[in-house]
Amino acid sequence: MREDLQHAVKLARIELSAEEEGRLGSQLGDILKYVDKLNELDVEGVEPTAHAVPLTNVLREDEPRESLSHEAAMRNAPKTSNGLFIVPKIVE
Amino acid sequence: MPHTLTISQLTDKLAQGELSSREATQSCLDRIDAVDGQLNAFLSHDPEDALAQADAADAARTGGKSKPLLGVPIAMKDVIAVNGHPLNCASKILGDFNSPYDATVTEKLREAGAVVFGRVNMDEFAMGSSTENSAFGPARNPWDSDCIPGGSSGGSAVAVAADECIASLGSDTGGSIRQPAALCGCVGLKPTYGRVSRYGLVAFASSLDQVGPLTKDVRDAATMLGVIAGEDKRDSTNVPEPVPDYIAALTGDVKGLKIGLPKEYQVDGIDPEVKSATEAAVAELEKQGAEVKEISLPHTQYAIATYYIIATAEASANLARFEGVRYGARVDGASPEKMNRATRGAGFGEEVKRRIILGTYVLSSGYYDAYYLRAQKVRTLIRQDFLNAFKEVDLIASPTTPTPAFKIGEKVDDPLQMYLSDIFTISCNLAGLCGISIPCGFSVSGLPLGLQLLGKPFGEPDLLRAAHAYEQATDWHTKRPEIG
Repeated sequence: MREDLQHAVKLARIELSAEEEGRLGSQLGDILKYVDKLNELDVEGVEPTAHAVPLTNVLREDEPRESLSHEAAMRNAPKTSNGLFIVPKIVE
Repeated sequence: MPHTLTISQLTDKLAQGELSSREATQSCLDRIDAVDGQLNAFLSHDPEDALAQADAADAARTGGKSKPLLGVPIAMKDVIAVNGHPLNCASKILGDFNSPYDATVTEKLREAGAVVFGRVNMDEFAMGSSTENSAFGPARNPWDSDCIPGGSSGGSAVAVAADECIASLGSDTGGSIRQPAALCGCVGLKPTYGRVSRYGLVAFASSLDQVGPLTKDVRDAATMLGVIAGEDKRDSTNVPEPVPDYIAALTGDVKGLKIGLPKEYQVDGIDPEVKSATEAAVAELEKQGAEVKEISLPHTQYAIATYYIIATAEASANLARFEGVRYGARVDGASPEKMNRATRGAGFGEEVKRRIILGTYVLSSGYYDAYYLRAQKVRTLIRQDFLNAFKEVDLIASPTTPTPAFKIGEKVDDPLQMYLSDIFTISCNLAGLCGISIPCGFSVSGLPLGLQLLGKPFGEPDLLRAAHAYEQATDWHTKRPEIG
């Protein structure tokens, strides 16, 4: 896999087997080559579209309301203790 | 055989007391038992829960209640939250996740009286065009079990076409409702972006995703849209447009309606049978009084590249949440980062990995402007193409897919070829339009073909009116596969 793609794999935090890395590397290379066709277009002065519907700053009143209970919000976690999510040790 | 009924047929029989919701629901459950071993449309279903909802609907009806979907069994794509039921997005990474709440569309179906039952198969995280990317095995086309049913809402299309439910909800990011509907011979409606709440729909590409119905006819699509559409304060991208009476739009009259045929859609690789079926369908609408004219969408050839940059960028951000901490499966590691890597490496399938890596790449420092920002600008050009075309016409017609259903395994090793099969459906999401696929014929080998109509933003009434008028003149939508 190309170095720039390896960097993306690292940023994406996805462990790949050597075999996956080979296959994905060549497929992603093909896809990137294909999307390069956008370089044919002159986009000077064109505004980007982040969103097809022109809505801005949709706000609601900041009021307390009912939400998920602590228990319901935690119940799908792989590892919890005392109502907290447990992760591997961060500091040695 | 109540499972073969449409929503309108079933609700008539329920209203007249000819049938109970329990009988209709049991009939769907029996059908699943009989055919789903071959088709693999359902990932799970809970018969006891379904029948309890059916009994409650029957009791409500006896008590004088009348609601648009009272007692109608509806199957849900495995990407929409149903409180107290599993939700996997057809991925291993969600482990034994169980939804702690209902999606807004689920709530709306319940308020309308529906029996919400069964999770149907899909491409993992809605990424794919064949339902082969499911961690739970591919779904199969009911017309030919060697063929794919389309995707990503393949399970929804199979369940409807094989009469395992009365209707289903799917989601569409680049064609994921319309394409499987076309390949399985049912109706698939993608509403305008912002028409239906996304709250409780697991996000793939937030600026493109939309929930919509797969149904046995156009009237049912109108009924379903009327139920699920509308404002939701829990989705800030939901547009507060009033919801019109979609059934009232089904006048059968298309006189004077202007239909555009994009000249750029005459691409190589369209199957001749698909081409002639589409032409015949457009000719039928013309016969009924619609005006047909050629239009131009000059940036068509850039749509797929634009889509695969924007959709994967958004996906890479949305799927960052699956890190093995707050929910789902975890593979242990010595540090949080090692745990994240191991969890995501083992939990995601290959297409999802491919898209997350691509999306991360196009957003990463040094590439953002060249890929992501440029794609957003081309998206503007694509959107302008459509807005210009819609100054001249009310609807745009095309095939839904360039070919009928292909064989399982045929394109799995070539993701780019798979992406290219989305050519006619993808722009609709980029431009924020509405679109529908309706049955318009069969190939010589007996596979269904679909006609796609695209409408202006919030132009669902015109879209449904034309689709319905076509359907009235044909009987493609009444054909059913023989299974087994």
